[in-house]
Amino acid sequence: MSTLTARFAPLRARSNAYFAQHRSLGVLVAVITIGVALPLISRIPPFGDLQSMNAWVNAFTIAGIYALLAVGLNVVIGFAGLLDLGYAAFFALGGYTYAIVASPFFDIHLPFWPMLIVGALIGAMFGIFLGAPTLRLRGDYLAIVTLGFGEIVPIVLLNADPFTGGTNGLGGVDKPVIPGILEFTLINPWPFYVLMMVMIALVMTVVFRLQDSRIGRAWDAVREDELAAESSGVNTVISKLQAFAVGAAIAGFVGVFNAAKLTIVAPDQFKFVVSISAVAAVVLGGMGNPVGVAVGAFVIYLVQSIFLKQLNTLVDNFNIPVLQEIDFLEFQYVLYGIVLVLMMLKRPQGIFPAKRRIRIFKDTVGGAK
Amino acid sequence: MATATGTVRTERVRGQFFLPAVITGFLALMLGLLGFEQFLNAMTLGAIYALIALGYTMVYGIIELINFAHGDVFMVATFVSIAVSTTLLGQTGAVLDIPTLIISLIVLFTVTIVVMALVGALIERLAYRPLRNAPKLAPLITAIGVSFILQNIIQFFVGPYITNVPQLFSTQWAFTIGESRVPLLNLFVIGSALFLMVVLQLFISRTKTGRAMRTTAMDRDASSLMGVDINRTIMITFLIGSGLAGAAGVIHGLYYGNTTFTLGFQSGLKAFTAAVLGGIGNTAGAALGGFLIAFVEVGAAAFGFGRWGGAIVFSLLVVFLIFRPTGLLGSSTGDRA
Repeated sequence: MSTLTARFAPLRARSNAYFAQHRSLGVLVAVITIGVALPLISRIPPFGDLQSMNAWVNAFTIAGIYALLAVGLNVVIGFAGLLDLGYAAFFALGGYTYAIVASPFFDIHLPFWPMLIVGALIGAMFGIFLGAPTLRLRGDYLAIVTLGFGEIVPIVLLNADPFTGGTNGLGGVDKPVIPGILEFTLINPWPFYVLMMVMIALVMTVVFRLQDSRIGRAWDAVREDELAAESSGVNTVISKLQAFAVGAAIAGFVGVFNAAKLTIVAPDQFKFVVSISAVAAVVLGGMGNPVGVAVGAFVIYLVQSIFLKQLNTLVDNFNIPVLQEIDFLEFQYVLYGIVLVLMMLKRPQGIFPAKRRIRIFKDTVGGAK
Repeated sequence: MATATGTVRTERVRGQFFLPAVITGFLALMLGLLGFEQFLNAMTLGAIYALIALGYTMVYGIIELINFAHGDVFMVATFVSIAVSTTLLGQTGAVLDIPTLIISLIVLFTVTIVVMALVGALIERLAYRPLRNAPKLAPLITAIGVSFILQNIIQFFVGPYITNVPQLFSTQWAFTIGESRVPLLNLFVIGSALFLMVVLQLFISRTKTGRAMRTTAMDRDASSLMGVDINRTIMITFLIGSGLAGAAGVIHGLYYGNTTFTLGFQSGLKAFTAAVLGGIGNTAGAALGGFLIAFVEVGAAAFGFGRWGGAIVFSLLVVFLIFRPTGLLGSSTGDRA
C-alpha cells in the first residue's frame, strides 16, 4: 500500500501543482467526477438498499441546494468574517422572485434561465440594501440585524398575501424548460441533478476566482484585522459589502432553483432553522474552505433526511417500545447544538480547515477583547 | 452597566429631570392612545421583556457576548415553574387562601430563580468560559448551539405542545376604576418586576460585587490587576442574569398560563432588541427598552397591525442600530458597536 502511494506521489504532486494553477478546470473535473460517482455509489449495498436510485439522485439534488447555500454563506462568514444569521431571507427572496413571475398566481410565466440571474441580482440588491447601513457597525451587532432581517422577511411574506399567497405560499411554480429539447418533470430527477451539478461548478468557480482576486485578499485582510486593513488602504465597508452581496446573490440564485425544484414556495420553508443549518454546515465543514463547507452541508443534509429517517423505520421494526417512541428526526437539532458547541470548543477550524490562516480561531490571545 | 460616573454636573442635573419627564410624558401619551386595559397589558408584557433584557445587557456589558441562549433560559424557567407549582407545591390552579398563596408564590419565585441561576452559571462554565479569550465569533456560535440544545431538551421531555402553567394567582381578582377593570394579577406582576429591578440597581451600585461587575465591564485587565476575581464576577453576572430570566419565566407562566418550547426564541429576540434600544450594557436602559418594545407591540396590535408586530419591532431595531447604535441612554460599551 505504501509503495503504491509512494509511486503515485510524484503524479499527485504534479496534478496538485497543475490544478493549483488552473482552479476553474480543477473545479470542473472535480464536479464531473463527483457528479458521475455519486449515483454509482448510491448503488453500492448499504446505500443501495435504503432507497431507489431515483430517490437518491433526488436527495443529492436537494443536498446540493444546501451545499450551495453553505458555500454562499461561507463567503460572508468564512472569507469576510461577518456573521450572518438571516441567510435564509435571501434564499427566500430568490425563490419568491421566481415564483411570482413564473406561477399561475399572477398567471405570468417568465422563462427559468434568465430568472436565475434575476434571482441572484435581487438577492445581491437586498444584501446591499441591508448591508450598506449596517456594515458600518462592528461585529455582533451585524449578527443581530441580519437575524432581525431573517425574521422580518418571513413575516412580510406571510402577511403580504396579495403578492405572496400568505401561509399557503405560491404553488405550481414553472419547471425549467430547454425549448424543443427537454422539459423538466417531477418524475425524472436527472435533469435537475445535472443542472445542480452545473450550478455547483459555476458557483464554485466564481467563489474560487473571487478568493484569489484582489477582492478576496481584501476580505482576508478585513477578517484578520480590520484596522490594519483599513490603514493599508482597503475600503473595509466596500469590501464587506461585496462579501455580503456575493453571499446574498448565491442564496438568491439557489433560491430560484429551489422554487423550481419544489414547485412551491411558502414562508415556512425559510425559517430561522434554515439559516442556522447553513451556519452549522459552515462551522462543521470548516470556515473559509468552500469545498469543506459544501461537503459539510451535503453530509448534514443526507444524514438528517435519509439516515435519521431510516433509523426510525429500522427501530420501528424491532419491537422495543421505548425506542419506537423516539423520533430520531427530532434529534437533529440537538445534534446541531452539540456539534456547534463541541466544534467551537475542540476543533474550531472545522473538519476540513481552510488552508489560509484564520486568526479568528488560531490566535487565542488576539481578536476583539 | 458601566454607567457614566464622571459626567459634567449640568448634564447630571439635566438627566435627573429630563428622563423622568420624558418617561412620564410617554406613559401618559400611551395611556391616552391605548386605553387603560391595553396600557396595563403593555406594562405587564414590558415587565417580562425588561427582566429578560437585563440578563442580555448585563452579560453583554461584561463579556460582550450576545448570549443567544438567554431567551431559552427564560423558556426553560417557565417549565421549571410548572414543575415547582405542581410537584413541589401540589397546586394546579388558583390558590384562594391568602397566606398559602403568599408562601406558594415566595417558594415558586425563589426555587425557580435559584434553579435558573444555577443553569445559567453552568452554561457559562461549560460553553463560554473555555472560550473566554477566543474572539467573539466562537462563543456566539456556542451560544446558538446551547440555545438549540435547551429547546430540544424541553421538546424531548415535554413534547412540542403548548403546555398549561398553573396560575396560582387568581386571574379573577380585580377592582374597577371608572369603566376599566384592573386585575390584581397585572399589578402584582408589574410590582414584582419593578421590585426586582430596583434590587438589581441597588446591588450593582451599592455592593462590592456590584462594583466589581462595573469595573470588569469597563476594563477587564485593569480590574484583574486591582484584585477583582474576573471569573467569579462573570459567573455572578450569569447567576443574576439567569435568575432574572427565571423570574420572568415565573411571571410569564402566572400571567399567560401557558408556554411552549419555542417561546424563548421570539421573546429573547425582542428582549435583546429592548437591550439594544436602551443602550446595551446599561441596565436602566434595558428596562426602559423592554417597556418601549412592549408598547410598540401592543400598540401595533391595538391599531390592527398585530400580525406585523414582530416586523415592526425588528425594523425598529435596524433603524436604531443605524442612527443611534448607542441606544436611548447610551453607555460606555456603545462606542464599540
